[in-house]
Amino acid sequence: MEIKEILKEILTAHVPSGREPEGSGAVKVLFKNYFDEVRVDKLGNIIGKKKGNEGSFKVMIAAHMDEIGMMVTKIEEKGFIRFAYVGGIDQRILLGQEVLIHGKKIIPGIIGSKPPHLQEPDEKSKALKKEDLFIDTGLSYEKIKEIINVGDFITFKRKPIELMNNHFSSNALDDKAGVAAILCCMEELKKFNFKGEVYGVATVQEEVGLRGAITSTYGIYPDIGIAIDVGHGNIPDLPEEETFKLGKGPAIALGPNIHPKLYEKLKSIAEEYKIPYQIDPNPSYTGTDAWSIQITRAGVPTALISIPLRYMHTTVETLNTEDIKLIGRLIALFIASIDTEFVEGLKCFY
Amino acid sequence: MLLLKKLSEAAGVSGCENEVRNILKEELKEYADFKTDALGNLLFEKKNKGKKPRIMIAAHMDEVGLMITSILKNGFLKFESVGGIDDRILVSKTVTIGPNKIKGVIGAKPIHRQDPKERENALKIKNLYIDIGAKDQEDAEKKVKIGDYACFDTEFEIIGENIVKGKALDDRIGCFVVAELLKRNYEVEICGAFTVQEEIGLRGSGVAVYQLKPDVAIVVEGTFASDVPGTKEEEYNTVLGMGPAVTTMDRSFIANKGMRDRVFEVAKKNNIPCQPRRTNLGGTDGGRIQSIGEGIPTIVISVPTRYIHSPVSMADINDINNTILLINFLILDYQERGI
Repeated sequence: MEIKEILKEILTAHVPSGREPEGSGAVKVLFKNYFDEVRVDKLGNIIGKKKGNEGSFKVMIAAHMDEIGMMVTKIEEKGFIRFAYVGGIDQRILLGQEVLIHGKKIIPGIIGSKPPHLQEPDEKSKALKKEDLFIDTGLSYEKIKEIINVGDFITFKRKPIELMNNHFSSNALDDKAGVAAILCCMEELKKFNFKGEVYGVATVQEEVGLRGAITSTYGIYPDIGIAIDVGHGNIPDLPEEETFKLGKGPAIALGPNIHPKLYEKLKSIAEEYKIPYQIDPNPSYTGTDAWSIQITRAGVPTALISIPLRYMHTTVETLNTEDIKLIGRLIALFIASIDTEFVEGLKCFY
Repeated sequence: MLLLKKLSEAAGVSGCENEVRNILKEELKEYADFKTDALGNLLFEKKNKGKKPRIMIAAHMDEVGLMITSILKNGFLKFESVGGIDDRILVSKTVTIGPNKIKGVIGAKPIHRQDPKERENALKIKNLYIDIGAKDQEDAEKKVKIGDYACFDTEFEIIGENIVKGKALDDRIGCFVVAELLKRNYEVEICGAFTVQEEIGLRGSGVAVYQLKPDVAIVVEGTFASDVPGTKEEEYNTVLGMGPAVTTMDRSFIANKGMRDRVFEVAKKNNIPCQPRRTNLGGTDGGRIQSIGEGIPTIVISVPTRYIHSPVSMADINDINNTILLINFLILDYQERGI
């Protein structure tokens, strides 16, 4: 499958954090195409396993499939719906968005506010707060009560679009693009004889506290854990040195969350195979599944690779699909190059 | 509703109404004679049996949108708004640019890199830009020119209970109503216009009326409905589902009392729900049309529409159908009793 097709397929899964088991069927079907075995753990993580030729070490590649969203908190008497956030949302992106409410059926709605005609001039310089906003479904109160309940989850409607030069825009690319990178890696890996076992994991509940990675890593207990997530792309609003350029390759992280030998190995493979890459120094918290993976059981040597992504947590997240393919290739080459000796060496800090 | 879908999804920012004009001309060519004028208004004439009064029906084709004002070295596009747009609705939206419908997105700084204080202030249009995925200025210039218009990229759909949602329902809904009326036959002369440039100061309609010289004009609009949380009932301009709204007064226009009352009479007689437009806010082509020549008796009838001037507006199909019916009966009443 072509990368944009894989992405679009994964994006059909509307999975706000905590509601992955209900909506992740498409991801599971895709995983079955690339792995020997696929299982779902108790939190809803989708785990694929593919065996290599020899060796008993395990490499885990994880990317979270959950996305930011909202939850119904109140249905007002006229049928307007109030909501709370699931994950980090800038209130300023909400006005005029189309959403899907996952009730007994999926109900489309629009986020509205009172019309600008009726607002005081000074109101317009202030951001609308969540309290000023509501969802309008065009349904009567009686009808809504039949279909929607407080506690139902809400996602942003999406229609992925292709921009110039392999740029691609949609909501929820954080981190469904990472899930796509896992599949790219598995496709690339078909070209190689590799050792050990590869586990691909589409994790749950990353956006609310890196939770799915905790149980999936515990279950697999890998010798190496690699998290794939997104990193802030270059935009006019942010200093160039704090962002990654789109289309210029994966951002390889280093810092306390990252095993130094894994960082060095990934970098040297990128150099050897002329894969463009960028360096992502993280002095402490990485805010990714890597943070959970590293301290599971007796500890897991961990790496983090990021896809440059503009406008993170908006409905127009934008990336370059070449970067996803490059990550797939980089990780496949990494897996093909390691052996038991390398894996054992990760515990030697002399 | 297929025609309304086509109209809603067409690009037609003030000053560049081509797509909308072509759809209407194609749809209606067998029902009336058409011509365009110096501004781009689409004028029509249907003599019928030549009876008086000569009745004009009008709706504006243009919508609020954006114009590309510069292409930056890094390939991002700066823009300004065309018509009244609340800056706050622009963030995190998809747009299409120019005649080739180049896709672009309006992003914003990610929440992770904001001070919490930043989120209390609205993002101003001067701080926003469109990303089309270009490598740099030269790359962007292959696809986009300064002066290109951009509009929201929204799918028209039926949702809820008999509700349509889409962009530019102000005033494609009016174009739809006028189009449906043009398909009917009367004894009186029907003339009118799909006008241009309403959103930037009622620019097209006066020029159209000057040429058409009607005895009476009926302007069809999509006016704002404010029957939503955060608004007091006395501020409800119109209410969705309560029928077409008749204007008494707005910022551009005051209706003749007798003419306004007659609309309500006709509605009552024919059992069509009808509501007064409550506020005096906003303005329509009615204001311009009324004061052309020695004055034209004018009435403004609107379909209540929530969230106008945003990427996605909403209206009730029953209100649309009732607006067609009400104006139909009003024309018949003028035909029978004169104005």
